[in-house]
Amino acid sequence: MLEHLIDPAAPQVPVMVQGATGRAARQHIKLMLRHGTNIVAGISPKAGGEVQDGVPIFATCADAVAATGARVTLPMVPPMSVLPAAREALEAGVRLIVTVTEGMPVRDAMHLHALIREHGAEWTGASSPGLAVPGRCKLGFLPDACLAPGPIALWSKSGTLSYETALRLKSRGLGQSAWIGVGGDAIKGTRFADLVPLFRDHAPTRAVVIVGEIGGTEEEDLAARLSQEPLGKPVYAILAGSAAPEGKTMGHAGAIVSGGKGTFESKAEALQSAGVHVFRAIPPLVDRVAQDLQKETA
Amino acid sequence: MNIHEYQAKALLRQYGAPVSDGRVVLTANEAKSAAGELDGPLWVVKAQIHAGGRGKGSFKEAEAGEKGGVRLAKSVQEAADEAKKMLGKTLVTHQTGPAGKQVNRVYIEDGSDIEKEFYLALLVDRGSSRISFVCSTEGGMDIEEVAASTPDKILSFDVDPAIGYQPYHGRRVAFALGLTGGAVKQCVKLMSILYKAFTEKDMEMLEINPLILMPNGDLKVLDAKLGFDGNAMYRNQDVAGLRDETEEDPKELAASKYDLNYIALDGEIGCMVNGAGLAMATMDIIKLYGAEPANFLDVGGGATKEKVTEAFKIITSDPNVKGILVNIFGGIMRCDVIAEGVVAAVKDVGLKVPLVVRLEGTNVEKGKEIINSSGLDVIAADDLKDGAQKIVKAVKG
Repeated sequence: MLEHLIDPAAPQVPVMVQGATGRAARQHIKLMLRHGTNIVAGISPKAGGEVQDGVPIFATCADAVAATGARVTLPMVPPMSVLPAAREALEAGVRLIVTVTEGMPVRDAMHLHALIREHGAEWTGASSPGLAVPGRCKLGFLPDACLAPGPIALWSKSGTLSYETALRLKSRGLGQSAWIGVGGDAIKGTRFADLVPLFRDHAPTRAVVIVGEIGGTEEEDLAARLSQEPLGKPVYAILAGSAAPEGKTMGHAGAIVSGGKGTFESKAEALQSAGVHVFRAIPPLVDRVAQDLQKETA
Repeated sequence: MNIHEYQAKALLRQYGAPVSDGRVVLTANEAKSAAGELDGPLWVVKAQIHAGGRGKGSFKEAEAGEKGGVRLAKSVQEAADEAKKMLGKTLVTHQTGPAGKQVNRVYIEDGSDIEKEFYLALLVDRGSSRISFVCSTEGGMDIEEVAASTPDKILSFDVDPAIGYQPYHGRRVAFALGLTGGAVKQCVKLMSILYKAFTEKDMEMLEINPLILMPNGDLKVLDAKLGFDGNAMYRNQDVAGLRDETEEDPKELAASKYDLNYIALDGEIGCMVNGAGLAMATMDIIKLYGAEPANFLDVGGGATKEKVTEAFKIITSDPNVKGILVNIFGGIMRCDVIAEGVVAAVKDVGLKVPLVVRLEGTNVEKGKEIINSSGLDVIAADDLKDGAQKIVKAVKG
């Protein structure tokens, strides 16, 4: 379903939003609609039958899927409700779940991971800032000011750091072919390495920019995959957290160096040996990407 | 969230795990009667701090004696004396940093005869997204050293949450540890107990080092270190009650009460940022330009004026802070809200060090106007690079 979502030739995917009548959800639904997202349904057990900002509200996921054919869901619910919401959506036949809620319990995330596999579905999150194909659709929080169609595929763990990166690239005329926020939690549905096959033949993408950070082995696993199955396009990475101390969780649940694992050095080394250009700060990354792509065009 | 060893053992005992009988004492007066309630003939007196390496650690104060934070005693009086020596003193281990940690609680427990020592842990494996068992015959040692020098002595495997713990998982551990006879059966039961406790209490880490085999063929949990998922505390109120706030940095504690994510560091430049990734990147760039960050601080996505004011107070309460960099990217958050908070905070707390503010995103013009018209001595920055250069220059000259 992710592959379908980023395919410019494919028809727009029908999306539903769980917890649609909440204050933040309502605000973001309006923003997503404005960006062209095909939101066909909202779910709220208390508001079934109503229409909110032009979107029909259903009491259950099963009703919404039966009436609208929704294939993707965005549960905009509190942390403790993410697992039950995802479970209901999967039972109703949804194929992709994008969870933007921060603070999902780890045990719930492990359960969801197993459920997704059982259903043969896909999950992006936990704590994803969202996904977007600029000019076509966006799911989640990605700010409109940062979105513009262009040649860069942006894969990010972080929210605001990827906003900053996207805005700097945009100011140099480099927008995004697709933007996938994989999230900063320890347990997640989509990891950087999973995105490699989706972008190899993705025609709009000319370069990939990774917004990574300390903790876990996701960047190392990506490097291993890139070494085995080269993307055939240049890959750049900014890695946050080189100044962070060991043993402390740096805000994102997954951003922790412990037992000497998950360090900046280990990630930078692995990515560099896979041919990725690694940076500690955004300005030099942006300069390099702009330079390389201009050279290529000329 | 971490808890003390004695709390971890009490929790595991509730689940039926074999642990020694013990008593925690907070004052020297209690020590003798506590030790007297135990059978002997050997007592173990253990300093309770949230840091590993206690046995190999040393005390700063001479009165505490030359021994580390884990001491053996052969009489009730000796146990009470050792407890008395440690209470209120500062224990330094390889995990506490040079400042050490004050020992406010001491645990006295029955000594055990040891035939063999093993290492055992349950943890959340990020690669497989499952709970993983890790065990080794090299008990009592630092597992990272074992992993580096003799990785073949470590067995690890994960458990499919859809199936859950099965007796064969326990047998794998037992055979890897070289157990035989009744000990295999005990191991299968103990692993099921630990897996149940781990999942029911939303643990992120459970480490038993060492797990011991006694001469009588029984297994026992000799030390236990548990870490819990902070995001699941709402459904584990009993665990939340075990939090010992005296173990935490007072600034980090104050920040957590306002839902701010703050981590104290050793540098001179205080940072206030929204978003964890950007907060880390802000620290990195400060370092890149030749200074050191004094803290990590993520004000979060839903920051209010009050939260920003509190964040400012916490940053300025650190005497090492020689300058402050505020870096806000308004995606969900609005720059004008941050600007109002900064102005209110500066008026409230006063400004004794240079302050650089960099705003970008939603309502950025309004935010800049609020800062500029406040009459405060604030240095404006255009982007993160500019902000970092300006604050480092202001502090270092």
